[in-house]
Amino acid sequence: MSDFLRIIWVNVRRHRLRALISVAGIAFGVAAMLTIVSIVLGAVSMFQDILSNESHFIVFEKDVSDLFFSSVVGEEVEALRKLPNVATVDPMLVGIVSSPGHPIITCFGVEAGDARLRKARWIAGSASGFDSEKETVYIGVRAAEFLKAAPGDRVPIGKATFRVGGIFKTGNGFEDGGVFMPLPLAQTFFHRPDVVSLATVRLQDPDDGKAFQKAVSRAFPGLVAMEDREFNRNYSQFKILTMTSWTVGLFSFLLGGMGVANTMLMSVFARIREIAVLRVCGFSKTQVAGIVLGEAALLSAVGTVLGFAIGLAGLAAMGAVPQLQGYVQADVRPAILGAIGLVAFLTAVGGALYPAWFASRIEPASALRFE
Amino acid sequence: MSMSGTVLPPRPVVEARDLWKSFDGGRIPVIRGADLAVAPGEIVALWGSSGSGKSTLLHLLSGLDTPDSGTVSILGLDPFREENRLRLRRTGLGFVFQLHHLVPDLTVEENLRLPAVAAGAAREETTRRIAELVGQVGLGERINHRVQDLSGGERQRVAICRALVNRPRIVFADEPTGSLDEATADAVFAGFCGLARQEGIAVVVATHEKRFLSACHRVVRVQEGRAVIQ
Repeated sequence: MSDFLRIIWVNVRRHRLRALISVAGIAFGVAAMLTIVSIVLGAVSMFQDILSNESHFIVFEKDVSDLFFSSVVGEEVEALRKLPNVATVDPMLVGIVSSPGHPIITCFGVEAGDARLRKARWIAGSASGFDSEKETVYIGVRAAEFLKAAPGDRVPIGKATFRVGGIFKTGNGFEDGGVFMPLPLAQTFFHRPDVVSLATVRLQDPDDGKAFQKAVSRAFPGLVAMEDREFNRNYSQFKILTMTSWTVGLFSFLLGGMGVANTMLMSVFARIREIAVLRVCGFSKTQVAGIVLGEAALLSAVGTVLGFAIGLAGLAAMGAVPQLQGYVQADVRPAILGAIGLVAFLTAVGGALYPAWFASRIEPASALRFE
Repeated sequence: MSMSGTVLPPRPVVEARDLWKSFDGGRIPVIRGADLAVAPGEIVALWGSSGSGKSTLLHLLSGLDTPDSGTVSILGLDPFREENRLRLRRTGLGFVFQLHHLVPDLTVEENLRLPAVAAGAAREETTRRIAELVGQVGLGERINHRVQDLSGGERQRVAICRALVNRPRIVFADEPTGSLDEATADAVFAGFCGLARQEGIAVVVATHEKRFLSACHRVVRVQEGRAVIQ
């Protein structure tokens, strides 16, 4: 076996430049996929974290494609609080605005007792005056950096200016780059009086969730209650983002695969007589194909490792860019690395299938006839 | 020895009957009804001018190429069946070509391992066999050198060793010294025949060099696509 591997290694090493181009193709494909998928999954994960808010259920308007367009009125929130088995209900109004030089600032309109405020670490100021101080907002640590704001300062957000009541850190990129507003202030600011985007519900007995779901559908035909996990699986925006990232990644892989196919085909064409002699020496068609596929697998392995290095370095660099306001919080999971590695392997080996088939069909007599 | 006590001639290791081969859809006939039998240990020269068809006949006899009609038997097997072809190439046959066709980035030893790798031979036995062969052709000192660092004659000696690694019963050689200068060619050919005699290997060698014929047991002249025993 070691001799077989040595043949593969020598063949790859013999055409260094060609091999390097192929490796680079795979590496950039891996890096692109890792970067895109990790950023999207990271964003989805951050959003899921915001929505779950230590709750069991998310209640929002039925049949809306985007939570930003969901409307749950105040009366419904109050009615939810009165349902049996409900421990807490945290309404939230989500909106996105920009401020000069900063295209995206996510605003979360919440009540003073919201779990998000409790779990936040307060870097400066506190939430003690939340809902009682007028025209006051509470900004995330990254938002404070790019808005260059301290408690007591006034900051421009959208078309208005607000006083900064405190600076918090939650570790979530959207929250740390965003703003918490008292719910009534947010409703006025976003022109949505008495409306929230969703309500997160914590039950006293989470095992009795089915009864809660039935109660919601009976009492509020226009709303839907979903368990956090169910919501994460079914929310169309998450699905679209995830599918898009994998599709874009796969297309970048196809380019890498074509690079490997080209390299392997050139490599096979360049040593037709050598392969013919291997056949004469007793190598079977399968063994010859195995050598070509082995070379592709080696290129893919090196390209994948290099691609992971480039991708991780790129993600680290993006995470540190102040202009990105902390929104890039990559979610690099072992399963994703495994899936990308598998796709890289399959693409490279898939690209080498035709060259391998071609090599295995080389007939010594015709290859060696004219020396 | 037969049941009646008479000595039977040894069964040929290669036997070809009425071989026909043409190219370009039959427009270029090359081999026209050739018959040949090679006995064990026999060194047979296929001799003829350039274009006479000796290489084509060699390819047909060795099973590298298929005839339009006629039969070939090597060690009692039909070499045109894939399973026999692999079996013969791995254990029964060796090949030497005009160009060495060695893998340039591999060392002498690694090149010589290739047939053993294909056959799945034991590594230690292969190591011993390689040491023995390179010693016999005077390349013992160069066993770990890459073949691209060897001279033309040395490379061709390595190619001959490669043909012999799996202890074949027959070696087919197509102008094995055709790419060498005269002095080197003489030395390489003499060494090749010496090794074959020593190991009792039958050799079928296609050559246009008249001076090598005396080293062979038998000369078969290939003329107008037919094998004419001299």
